[in-house]
Amino acid sequence: MSDVAIRVEDLSKTYRIELGRARYETLREALVHGAMKPVSFVRRRFAGGDGKVSDEHLVAALRGVSFELPQGQVLGLIGHNGAGKTTLLKILSRITEPSGGHAEIRGRVGSLLEVGTGFHPELTGRENVFLNGAILGMTKREIERKFDDIVAFADVERFVDTPVKRYSTGMHMRLAFAVAAFLEPEILLVDEVLAVGDAAFQRRCLGKMGEVRNEGRTVVLVSHNLAAIEALADRAIWLGSGRVVEDSDPHSCVTRYLSAQRGDGHTAALGDGVLSSVRIFDPEHPGSSAIRTGSAVCIEATITLRSALAYPRLRYELHSSRGVFVATLDTWLQLPMEEYPERLEAGIHRIATTIPMLNLVPDRYHVGVRVMAHRDVVEEIQDAFVLEVEEGDFFGTGRPPRTHHGVAALEAHWDLESTP
Amino acid sequence: MDASERIAGTSRVEEPSSGADIPVTRIEPTRGWASLQLGELWRYRELLYFLTWRDIKVRYKQTALGASWAIIQPFFTMIVFSLFFGHLARIPSEGIPYPIFSYAALVPWTFFANGLNLASNSLVQNSNMISKVYFPRLAMPIATVLGGAVDFALAFLVLLAMMLYYGIAPGAEAVVVVPLFLLAFATALGVGLWLSALNVRYRDIRYAVPFLVQFWLFATPIAYPSNLLHEPWRTLFGLNPMAGVVEGFRWALLGAGTSPGPMIAASVAASVIILVSGAFYFRRLERSFADEI
Repeated sequence: MSDVAIRVEDLSKTYRIELGRARYETLREALVHGAMKPVSFVRRRFAGGDGKVSDEHLVAALRGVSFELPQGQVLGLIGHNGAGKTTLLKILSRITEPSGGHAEIRGRVGSLLEVGTGFHPELTGRENVFLNGAILGMTKREIERKFDDIVAFADVERFVDTPVKRYSTGMHMRLAFAVAAFLEPEILLVDEVLAVGDAAFQRRCLGKMGEVRNEGRTVVLVSHNLAAIEALADRAIWLGSGRVVEDSDPHSCVTRYLSAQRGDGHTAALGDGVLSSVRIFDPEHPGSSAIRTGSAVCIEATITLRSALAYPRLRYELHSSRGVFVATLDTWLQLPMEEYPERLEAGIHRIATTIPMLNLVPDRYHVGVRVMAHRDVVEEIQDAFVLEVEEGDFFGTGRPPRTHHGVAALEAHWDLESTP
Repeated sequence: MDASERIAGTSRVEEPSSGADIPVTRIEPTRGWASLQLGELWRYRELLYFLTWRDIKVRYKQTALGASWAIIQPFFTMIVFSLFFGHLARIPSEGIPYPIFSYAALVPWTFFANGLNLASNSLVQNSNMISKVYFPRLAMPIATVLGGAVDFALAFLVLLAMMLYYGIAPGAEAVVVVPLFLLAFATALGVGLWLSALNVRYRDIRYAVPFLVQFWLFATPIAYPSNLLHEPWRTLFGLNPMAGVVEGFRWALLGAGTSPGPMIAASVAASVIILVSGAFYFRRLERSFADEI
């Protein structure tokens, strides 16, 4: 049992939430209420007396979570917002106390709920590295030893003695992450830090995390980036409403998590904004609802305008179910200048976007839509609808490209030239 | 599981035999009064050092006058006091020139008032740290009050210069200033602990502190000498710990005639009670800081 790094037994956490504040109709009411506050406070304290709060004001963030994590294992935590992932990390890193159950941790814990905690804008990069390092639990000597590596990793050598308030957002993030990346505790708790930074830097961070895995360190990783969880974790736990829904290997856990998310057909009604609805169909087989790899796809957006729109621009962004940004469809990118409409008048417009041969592997793609006027965003709906792609005979070989073949199917010619 | 590990609270217990330096942390709900965990605070002394250092570095950043603010505050208050209380109201000053009589009291007072004020807001001001990382929360108000020590030293240099100007040479009793400074520190921290913990739940504290400091200023013999009161009231006056500190400073540095011994004893007792109760109260509320801040 000594190689168990984290043991969690029946852990629960309830938060007290503040009661919905009363709305005041008039200034007079607000003033009266404000003036009565000390009185009602004293009355509550001394009259009702026992200080207990009725159940309605309690919200359970965790309800009886149990698991054991052997030393050296990387655990991925997945689940919707509010499922209790961050609460679990906060309890394990001792930021907050559980309401019931217990946990036992063997080893020095480093937690990373946020990068750059305690960074002070007036202090220089060098000073912030020391301050942030100390906050994350590093000793002064440890920071001195790693200082040059940290600064080199963040790529800010020239600015170490500049106050960080003069840094660009990117430099700031890189420096903050670099300090965290050099944290060497036996147990590392990480919350959604991969969501920050530019793509290239993210890749480097993932690489650094990969090293962590090779060093045999125990890691608990929370991320919405399911691809990262699959790539880095040895095991995944899916939390739903504060309970363990599934505890298994990352691939099957992620797959089951994704399939549990309700599909919403192929037409999305988008409310009463500018974008009224979006419809996806196969123009060659309008009756069938399935979209396959290799078939034609038409996306038809209905836009209702109350006033004219100058230099209208429509953009779709596709993300795979694992969070990978796959493709962009954009009028500005794809329409030749002479075909570009300068103006859309008030009224209802249908804009059909046709992809003659869809070369995406089977998956559920989340599509975000954005309507713009020149550079201004008129309306943006992230996750507007889901494009479900099924297996299709893209290559005409009877062997369809599958999800594990990557993101895209590419048409190619193969030539063989042999010399005896 | 080893029986010795079953200690209430989120405690760290070193393994007795095997796996020599693997610390085991047990996390479970705690209730009621918690121990102060001073050992853990000691393990985090480097963080305490860095937090203090940050407070000192940042204090006068982007101000035109910089660290001179540490001197301006007590010095100008002294001028105003000398003008109104010394010159116009002719308040007695035990035969000592009124400017140095009030300044000697304003130096520890300014340290106390600023420390109390900043400590009360320290948790709320650093709410991000409280909700994102673990560290013994006591470190926050302690570092904040410690950060004022530099200001105190600067203002104290001016006091020495004034003593030179007025030709006042202190005797060996001047060393008492050191424990008196600690007394002021303990009092500022003690009250700061109470108020900073309360401030997490009731932001009213932020508005109440300036009032409190103002009342406390007049309840402390800064503009007037404490011998306006007769015994035993004078000794009882010492229950305001700052009264003991201020009178002690005058006695140790300016050779003020009245020996403030009993008064300081009362101040020490009051200060210890405030500090210890504040620390325990702070620890009791600490477990909900991250949820409520």
